[in-house]
Amino acid sequence: MTNEQQPKKEPSDVNPSAADSTTPELLQLTAAPHLRQTESVSHIMLWVVMALLPSLAAGVIFFGLRALLLTAVSVAAAVVTEWAVVKFLKRSVTIGDLSAVVTGLLVAFNVPSTVPWWMVAIGSSFAIGVAKMTFGGLGANFINPALAGRAFLMAAYPSAMTRFGPTAFGSLSGIDGMSSATPLAQFKAAMADGSFQALDFQDALSDLFIGNVGGCIGETSALALLIGGVVLLYKRIIPLRIPLVYIGTVFLLSWIFNGTDAHLTTSAIIIPFYQILAGGLFLGAIFMATDMVTSPITPAGRIVFAAGCGALTFIIRKFGGYPEGVSYSILIMNLFVPLIERSTRPKMYGKVKRRD
Amino acid sequence: MVEKHFIAVCANLFQEKNVPRRYTFKGGVHPPASKNRTERLPIEPFPAPKKLIIPLSQHIGAPAKPVVKRGDRVLLGQVVGEGGGFVSAPVHSSVSGSVLSVGPFAHPVGRQIISVEIENDEKDETAALTAPIKAWRDAAPQELVQLIQAAGIVGMGGAGFPTHVKLSPPSNKPIDVLIINGAECEPFLTADHLLVLERTENFIEGVLILKKILNAKKCYIGIEENKPDAIKRIVSLLHNARLREIRVCTLITKYPQGGEKQLIRAITGREVPSGGLPMDVGCVVQNVGTTVAVFDAVNRGIPLYERVVTVAGPGVGSPKNLRVRIGTPIIFLLEACGFDPTSVKKIIMGGPMMGLALSDVSVPVIKTTSGVLAVDATTPALRTYPCINCGRCINACPINLVPSRIVKYIEKENYQAAEEWNVMDCMECGSCAYVCPAKINLVHWLKLGKYHIQASHAAAAAGK
Repeated sequence: MTNEQQPKKEPSDVNPSAADSTTPELLQLTAAPHLRQTESVSHIMLWVVMALLPSLAAGVIFFGLRALLLTAVSVAAAVVTEWAVVKFLKRSVTIGDLSAVVTGLLVAFNVPSTVPWWMVAIGSSFAIGVAKMTFGGLGANFINPALAGRAFLMAAYPSAMTRFGPTAFGSLSGIDGMSSATPLAQFKAAMADGSFQALDFQDALSDLFIGNVGGCIGETSALALLIGGVVLLYKRIIPLRIPLVYIGTVFLLSWIFNGTDAHLTTSAIIIPFYQILAGGLFLGAIFMATDMVTSPITPAGRIVFAAGCGALTFIIRKFGGYPEGVSYSILIMNLFVPLIERSTRPKMYGKVKRRD
Repeated sequence: MVEKHFIAVCANLFQEKNVPRRYTFKGGVHPPASKNRTERLPIEPFPAPKKLIIPLSQHIGAPAKPVVKRGDRVLLGQVVGEGGGFVSAPVHSSVSGSVLSVGPFAHPVGRQIISVEIENDEKDETAALTAPIKAWRDAAPQELVQLIQAAGIVGMGGAGFPTHVKLSPPSNKPIDVLIINGAECEPFLTADHLLVLERTENFIEGVLILKKILNAKKCYIGIEENKPDAIKRIVSLLHNARLREIRVCTLITKYPQGGEKQLIRAITGREVPSGGLPMDVGCVVQNVGTTVAVFDAVNRGIPLYERVVTVAGPGVGSPKNLRVRIGTPIIFLLEACGFDPTSVKKIIMGGPMMGLALSDVSVPVIKTTSGVLAVDATTPALRTYPCINCGRCINACPINLVPSRIVKYIEKENYQAAEEWNVMDCMECGSCAYVCPAKINLVHWLKLGKYHIQASHAAAAAGK
């Protein structure tokens, strides 16, 4: 292996002093440091999987066992695709790093529970086969594979991807939970035809928070997503600044440009809360914008990236033809990552004026 | 880790009058200290072996020139190699006996270095000492520096920069701060800790000598808070002697707290400019071992021919702090500490974070050997993953580089870009590789990149 080369160290063959029989036979020569933290990439991926489990549970509670089935199909398709690609390319098998499992889970979380199982399998295969492995596998992809899979499904099967089923409990609030529209679509329609009633939407907030609304499998329950987010924050796997800035930007922009020409009325205050809880914002901000591979590595760059995601999400939701903007905003910002990284280089120690 | 700093910051904000401030720097890592097996063991003198190998290059700078030849009789403390220039240091015999040969021998850095092989006659007949300057308070600084130079003292913390060079700053770089480095942030090592505990009076006198030479206005002793006994002992001694001009700074236990630039940043808030030296910001940093060696040279006329070495690691049965003659092959230390040659997989000279893995156990202890560690088979074999851009290396880097990106450039042999991203400022502390979840050998690549860049600069300079 090339990274085992020792350019400066040549083992000496001369053994002058009386190094006798107690000399160990073979000594490992590696560059320092000789101590490493135990946590590895697979540990990180395992924690991400665990952090996604509360949302999976919420998905199963609200959308039934079919959500579990779709998730299982998606994960299996992702892992099998990765395995098949590395076998075809005669590379070492990488499925043990669990990153394919994470992608499979996220693809399933980004589809409605009503799609046919083969559709989610295609989405997962596309995510791994095209968005990830084509570019060299883990660490080399430039866009989030799960979101690429979702974007592919949205383009290929738009009607199936936007037909949402009701939750198992129906609706507890003023909004008709049996309808097929998502909260964001309802909001957009209400704003467009002037039928917007702040109180209806206020009552919906608690449903939105626990996830008892129409939507994709993993995106509806802000509560479950937050639990996972806290786990990842505690394990230092995701930086707080990405979800905080992302959600904060959407909140602020939706409050400032709330479309009611006022900022302190009930509607004006309900709207931003509704905007952050509805749709896939929590899923995107906690689990997808924080994807290490496709987000900037620099601390300042992460803020720029998250703010960009937030602004784009707001713009797409407000002005776009489609009610949801999270996935496209992250995909677009993924493309800016190299540029952001180059322009947010951290200030090095010692970059100070010399005292001469 | 972050919580710890947060608490530290809060404690500093709301501190009561008598709670000492805790100093630290940004970045760094918290490897397990693993010092508990040796931190209470007194320093034992280690008997000089039958044969010693004294390399003529144990420091940064020009190697010493041999002044003895095969068959010569040498005495303990006699010069066997004299300094090869200003940035160099003489080398002394650490036993009395006869010179067996002068030639290339295996050296801890992994190359063959011209060394003097001496057969010990076990009489320890001492050479005429350099005249000590007991009344150093009245001596001229220049005189003291000459004595320190003659005693062959170099930075004993690991780098081995000749001490007399540090003590002779050019007149346009006035020094106002002297910092004594007692951080000993490398895991396992306890040599400096024990040295301070056992020879506190001598240590403080050494600090005063250094302070007088530099005419520094302020003097700080930086010690990590995991050595409370040493801190207490120094503070009470300073208090009793009414030495108010020396201050003890408690440092947060974090690696690499003992890095020269990190220590300066933590204690004075100053940043050494990129490519510069501590003297550029008016600071001189000296290690604890060096300070005691300065005391020995000035007050007793003893040149640097022995030092304290911690022998530890999971591969030795009874770890120890040993006072060892320079030139002792490390195999003898390991044997004295009960190491098991069948299970040991790696032998490290220095600490586990920056130490060198040795290919040959016959290499000798040199002036910069602070520890010898034997790592057994339980050290996990590392499997590498691709970089996932997690950014932990950036958070760990004490000088705020972007190691993962630099390494990607170096892997693609794009050395220009690596240099543009300041790879030459890397001090190879290993914090990035320690935290890397992909287990990439970042330091190896960084060293390789620096090596190629230096070589290309040298080639460009030669071409001119």
